[in-house]
Amino acid sequence: MPLEGRVTTIYIDNLPYGVKDGQNLLQASLTLGFNLPYFCWHPALHSVGACRQCAVKVFKDESDTRGRLAMGCMTPATEGTRLSIEDPEAKAFRAGVIEWLMLNHPHDCPICDEGGECHLQDMTVMSGHNYRRSRFRKRTHLNQNLGPFLNHEMNRCIQCYRCVRFYRDYSGGRDFNVFASHDSVYFGRYEDGALESPFSGNLVEVCPTGVFTDKPFKEHPTRKWDLQTAPSVCTGCSLGCNIIVAERYGEVRRVLNRYNADVNRYFLCDRGRYGFDFVNSQRRLRLPLVDGRELVPEGSATQALSATEGGSPRPAPASSEAKGAVVRRAVARARDILHGSRRAIGIGSPRASVESNYALRSLVGPDNFCDGMTSGEHRLVGMMKDIVASGPVRSLSLAEVERADVVLVLGEDVVNTAPLLDLALRQAVRTRPEAVAEQLLRIPLWDDRAKREATQGKQGPLFVATPYPVSIDDIAVKSYRLSPDDIARLAQAVAYAIDPEGIAPLVGAADPLHVVAETIGGSLGLAARPLVIAGASLGSEAILRAAANVATALAKAGKKDAGLFLVAPEANSMGSALLGGMSLDEALEAVRTGGADTVVVVENDLTSRLKEASFRALFDSTKHSIVLDFFRNRTTELAEIVLPVATFAESSGTFVNNEGRAQRFFEVVNPDEIVSASWKWLGLLSGRGTGEEIAWDTLDDIIARISEDLPALAAIGSAAPGARDVPQVHRVPRDSHRVSGRTANVASLTVHEPPPPRDLDTPLSYSMEGSPRGRIPSSLIARIWAPRWNSVQALTRFQEEVGGPLKGGDPGALLFGPASDRTRAYFDGVPEAFAPDPRRPLAVAIRHVFGSEPLSALSRSVSERIPSRYVGITPDAARSLAVADGERVEVTVRDLRMELPVRIMAGLAEGLCALPEGLPDMPYVGLPAPAGILKRTAP
Amino acid sequence: MFSILRSIWGVLLHTFAKRETVLYPEELPYLPPRARARIVLTRDPDGQERCVACNLCAAACPVDCISLQAAEDEAGRRYPSFFRINFSRCIACGFCEEACPTYAIQLTPDFELSERKRKDLVYEKEDLLIDGTGKYHGYNFYRQSGLAIRGKGKGEGDQENPPVDIRALHDPR
Repeated sequence: MPLEGRVTTIYIDNLPYGVKDGQNLLQASLTLGFNLPYFCWHPALHSVGACRQCAVKVFKDESDTRGRLAMGCMTPATEGTRLSIEDPEAKAFRAGVIEWLMLNHPHDCPICDEGGECHLQDMTVMSGHNYRRSRFRKRTHLNQNLGPFLNHEMNRCIQCYRCVRFYRDYSGGRDFNVFASHDSVYFGRYEDGALESPFSGNLVEVCPTGVFTDKPFKEHPTRKWDLQTAPSVCTGCSLGCNIIVAERYGEVRRVLNRYNADVNRYFLCDRGRYGFDFVNSQRRLRLPLVDGRELVPEGSATQALSATEGGSPRPAPASSEAKGAVVRRAVARARDILHGSRRAIGIGSPRASVESNYALRSLVGPDNFCDGMTSGEHRLVGMMKDIVASGPVRSLSLAEVERADVVLVLGEDVVNTAPLLDLALRQAVRTRPEAVAEQLLRIPLWDDRAKREATQGKQGPLFVATPYPVSIDDIAVKSYRLSPDDIARLAQAVAYAIDPEGIAPLVGAADPLHVVAETIGGSLGLAARPLVIAGASLGSEAILRAAANVATALAKAGKKDAGLFLVAPEANSMGSALLGGMSLDEALEAVRTGGADTVVVVENDLTSRLKEASFRALFDSTKHSIVLDFFRNRTTELAEIVLPVATFAESSGTFVNNEGRAQRFFEVVNPDEIVSASWKWLGLLSGRGTGEEIAWDTLDDIIARISEDLPALAAIGSAAPGARDVPQVHRVPRDSHRVSGRTANVASLTVHEPPPPRDLDTPLSYSMEGSPRGRIPSSLIARIWAPRWNSVQALTRFQEEVGGPLKGGDPGALLFGPASDRTRAYFDGVPEAFAPDPRRPLAVAIRHVFGSEPLSALSRSVSERIPSRYVGITPDAARSLAVADGERVEVTVRDLRMELPVRIMAGLAEGLCALPEGLPDMPYVGLPAPAGILKRTAP
Repeated sequence: MFSILRSIWGVLLHTFAKRETVLYPEELPYLPPRARARIVLTRDPDGQERCVACNLCAAACPVDCISLQAAEDEAGRRYPSFFRINFSRCIACGFCEEACPTYAIQLTPDFELSERKRKDLVYEKEDLLIDGTGKYHGYNFYRQSGLAIRGKGKGEGDQENPPVDIRALHDPR
């Protein structure tokens, strides 16, 4: 929402205030810190003027004493506007409105999960309605089962329409609507069933009351004031959305959005919101394993339990000494192995933090460090890193994507590889028609209904080239279904259309792709802020090169605001690529022929990146293996020593997202003395000599070493303040000031209340005491709360202005400099035209928002939405194979044979077939690769 | 001189006055029913647990001696999966009772809490739950709440209309 810098003076209750031009009175009042109640207005969904709750008195001029009631959200703040929030008539009007809204609201607060963080509660109190006068009966509604993510309780609805505006208008969902009429308006689906949109979880935060509440959270509801919270970063994809993780009784309970004006702003995807549950998985490792046997601390009850149950239950309280002894035994054993080894190879992971990867790199030495990516992924991410760091145009932030006016998507199925990018693109296509409406019809950007009436659903140009139908087809001007090579060729032709001098046409200038490219190139050429999106999901370097060429051509054509957005495969792909290690295949080679006899694997389930044979060969040919991971998997099964590590919820570190933004996540659960961050374990292992000294002890230490050692990563220190930067008394409390049960929580174990855990790594504390709310740096905001604003709507109190940056600047540090010193040379190498082979179609990877990311797939709620594996084939191929949808076929890819049900995909490009990648029941294949598909003959 | 004699006379009179000191525990003092001491959890008139684990008592407690966790049973009723009061911390202020929206938590006049071990003053739900309704008879939270539970569907509570048929053209009301 571009706001001009001009300042307007308005008078609120006769005092002058300066506000930015182009706002409405509600926005302006909230920005200035006034308590003006509202319901239907939402900073991202803007105004519709439906609820009549934000009424204020507006006066014509200084001499006007009568004034008139006007809705704050529908009245522009123009120069000299005089309004009164405290006017008795306005107050009475607002109290009347809330009384109507409460007529049918059930007496549910004690059993409602929204209680204590409910916007309706806050507004009721704020408006002064505190006693029910109505003696009439209440209207009731039947609820629906909306799937594993959301609980539906329609009785509580106050008809603000926010849900349907978010679900349909903002996020493009289709299976949710508003039904019936007058006071029985109903928000739901046509019939029971899981909400299809991967953004449905946002309804929890969008709904001002308890109609939509978090279903997994409902299994163990906890009040907001009791949740121990810390700022964190989502591990679900490479976008690095900011989240707030909440804990109670040692268990992670839920994830909420954490506003960052540059990244995720107000919303999260369901993978990010519900995927955290892997932290509480039954498969979690809690104790070190040596030769497959758990090292159990003395005096703990785990021994007996683990023999009978498959899982690894939490160790019953053992003494600190006993736990320390277990850690020392595991570390001593691992150190012996490392000291005795000729050459140890360290296999890192793109899902582990920068600190953990660096710790591994310094343990085994830079020459022996592998970033844990397959050679294909390694090359792609390396190229991506180069393009982002020094490429032709700037890499845009997710928030900037929302403002792009012409978009070209090359090969990315965005909703499944980087879900929130889909949401951003849905806003981007609206920018151009809305700008026109603003200029021609003078409709302010916040007037949502009028804006939508004026634009009539018109959408700005978005071009999509993918091998199969994708979610954004419905907002695209044109979608092209092409093979990966042809997508690269199309992009190259687009670059040629923009800059015919600098780039050679495709071989055979009469290629039909040139005609298509003319249209796309012409559209991009007319744009003010053109954007090219590509990524790693098809495994094609040619697409990345060609995408960069389009961006270069745009830059050469003088598009200063042209942007590139590259989607990386995992949460910290960029960060591990910056450490500069070898690929997994090179690591295999080093083990096979390079004399390495030990491997140290950190947070990487190698079965998801290696074929079964290579995986076995790796463990067969090394003498020793040390694996650090948080849950049991095939890799930990084969390891000699397994060290249990902490997840993002129990440790602190830094992730680098796809645009090179370093962001810090902080521990919210105090880890057991045994489970600790990978970089802590590796610090213990790296102590040389007799063994007591440690290479680094705290997060500050290791970040300081990284900054010294690797200039490219030097900026990660400024992603957030370190523990040393914040004095003890100003630590940010993880608990709310109202947290309950401190003297009873552990009273069943001991009545001597233990001191709160000490935290030496972070500027946060396990306490309710600390820095006053107003002085918390934006990167340390652990809780969205302000006096009188208990719900997430309190966010306006943390922002410079409504919808703007957080006070003190948004968190995170960009690692790459501005665009001025960038090279603007074209990449060479255009692939040849794809020649479909009907007998051996090319298998390309297709991803699923639920399932393709291995950590979130362990979450109980997410696992209910994971599809089972299949092979997608074209209708032509189905006809020639004579198979129907759902029938099983035999698929052979790279000497891997699988029996899979067929999914006939209308729109799949000719000569291709699609295999879902990363699903829990899908082995690693290594796509793209030609596949043989045979109809299964009846046994 | 006179004042000394008056005081001695006064002391002498008190020797024959009625004794204020009660020989506790042989003789128990009268405590009004609303005297605040040991906390109990009561049941509703149907014999079901009244506590819906809303956490308000814990939030109101000035010494933070109440700890609980909410859960939901198969009938759809909320209940505390554990409910713990550390009576060695409790100051019997009664804020919890005042905060309770369902009359579940109530203070009783039984102040005679003494144990040799502090740990024995930590009461769990089994120790707190009584069989009756306590001071407030007749109140059943789920009759007032809009939530459907087993045995009480939508619109069957007090002061409720039957659920709206959203597919009907006309509202039968």
